Amino acid sequence: MQDAEIPMEFAPRHAQISEDTEPPINRRFGRREVAKRVFAKEYRESNLTFKESDDQYAPLYLLTPTGAKCNRVFIVGTLTEKEDIGAGAEFWRARVVDPTGAFTIYAGQYQPEATRALAEIEPPQFVAVAGKVSVYDPGDGKITSIRPESISVIDAESRDIWIMETARHTLERISTIGSEDPDAKKAVEHYSPDREYYKQMVLMALMSMTDKPAEEKDSDKGGFDVIDLSKI
Amino acid sequence: MIKEIAEQLKTRFSEMDIEVPLEEIESKLDALINEYRVPVDEAKRSVVNQYLRKSDIPELVKIRDIQSEGQWVSLKAKVVQLWTSESESIAQAGLIGDETGTIKFTKWAKSDLPLVEEGKCYMFKNVVTDEWQGRFQVNFNKNTEIQEIEENIEVGSSVEEITGAIMNIQSGSGLIKRCESCNRALVKGSCGEHGKVEGKYDLRVKAVIDDGKIVQDILLNKDTIETLTGITLDSAKEMVAEALDPSVVLDALADKLVGRYFKVQGPKIGRYMLVEEIQKMPVASDHEIKELIAQVEAL
Ligand SMILES: [Zn+2]
Repeated sequence: MQDAEIPMEFAPRHAQISEDTEPPINRRFGRREVAKRVFAKEYRESNLTFKESDDQYAPLYLLTPTGAKCNRVFIVGTLTEKEDIGAGAEFWRARVVDPTGAFTIYAGQYQPEATRALAEIEPPQFVAVAGKVSVYDPGDGKITSIRPESISVIDAESRDIWIMETARHTLERISTIGSEDPDAKKAVEHYSPDREYYKQMVLMALMSMTDKPAEEKDSDKGGFDVIDLSKI
Repeated sequence: MIKEIAEQLKTRFSEMDIEVPLEEIESKLDALINEYRVPVDEAKRSVVNQYLRKSDIPELVKIRDIQSEGQWVSLKAKVVQLWTSESESIAQAGLIGDETGTIKFTKWAKSDLPLVEEGKCYMFKNVVTDEWQGRFQVNFNKNTEIQEIEENIEVGSSVEEITGAIMNIQSGSGLIKRCESCNRALVKGSCGEHGKVEGKYDLRVKAVIDDGKIVQDILLNKDTIETLTGITLDSAKEMVAEALDPSVVLDALADKLVGRYFKVQGPKIGRYMLVEEIQKMPVASDHEIKELIAQVEAL
């Protein structure tokens, strides 16, 4: 209780804590959004976006087929490709792959930390990405991507933890399909999700951890198959 | 389920000296939940508010249950800490606590209320909840009544635990300087209370941890940082001296923490969890993986 952090944090209601330069908490819309855990396959198949108020600063949500209401997501996978597609200024497109599919990531001048990280990281590498959902509609359907806030190089263990965690969260959501949960109801109305299909997706992700490919023990191959050309 | 909620509410009402027949609560809940399809939480809220309005006593709540702003509530709590305030519009400010946790309070000068003392327990009637920078607090104003009470309230240390991934590290982390007299972190070499001072070095991390369901701001102190990352106060000073840039420490800490999974434990005070223990989250065993697979298959 005597920790000196407490008085330091105190300030009269309308005073500014000048030291506190963290991203401002959106006062109008309450707390920082939770980073949802969703597999790539499910993320890719999502196309229902909405805001909960007309305010231009209201957060944008993407509802996934099993009912994850995402404004922010946290994903872990293998960075397999990156390309600077910017004309002039840096603008990176990258691909992060999990056992079920791939996430697409775009980072430009408004994501300075992620842009810096992408410039440095050479694929393949295990990465963790926290970022905001982004949806683009070129006219023939919506394309989901992630606008990263942070990208960090992590190890295979963190990747496995993420798969377990995401499997558990997805499983919980699958079991709410058909219930009175408002997000689940909305998802059912829009997608009519097939529980079996998403069960198989979770199984696919979990199975990828049980038959550990041999190369994972040899970290400098970065988790990729090395093809012995002499055998072909 | 309705019966259970009704019993809960009845107990809560009797604690507030409001006697309502159980059947009455039950039938109101039943109508809201089963007939009007109102979510359970909303139904509870609606019933509680109906009776509170009737009896006109703000609900006696526990600190942990303060989760929205602009609510009139009453609290039985102990004054845990009083802070010095620079502002003339504030008579007193600090922390009050009950067995479920602590919360910041502000007593406005205009309210003309008696002074409270550290370590004493009070009944605070008619206080209003507020939110500032993402955390809840209570304000005492001229409608508030403060009565000292005899009973001693054990303030819950409210040690909590969360296992999740660190999302980011905020500025104000890394190698910082603190005022020697009051321990406040210096901003550009200046203490908010004591002005320009020499200051002493310290290590600190302000971060956000997220388990996919909740978000928690955490504070790591020097000892925790040293044990966890191997970056010590001395090595941090050397890094800065070499790079001529204080942000190298923050970058090095971010490399070791951001995007990684940890289990953290500590008391939650206001918006922050003051981390007392932090561990790397262990990777799942083959057995756990197989168990989860079996669970999916059984679904
Ligand atoms: Zn000072």
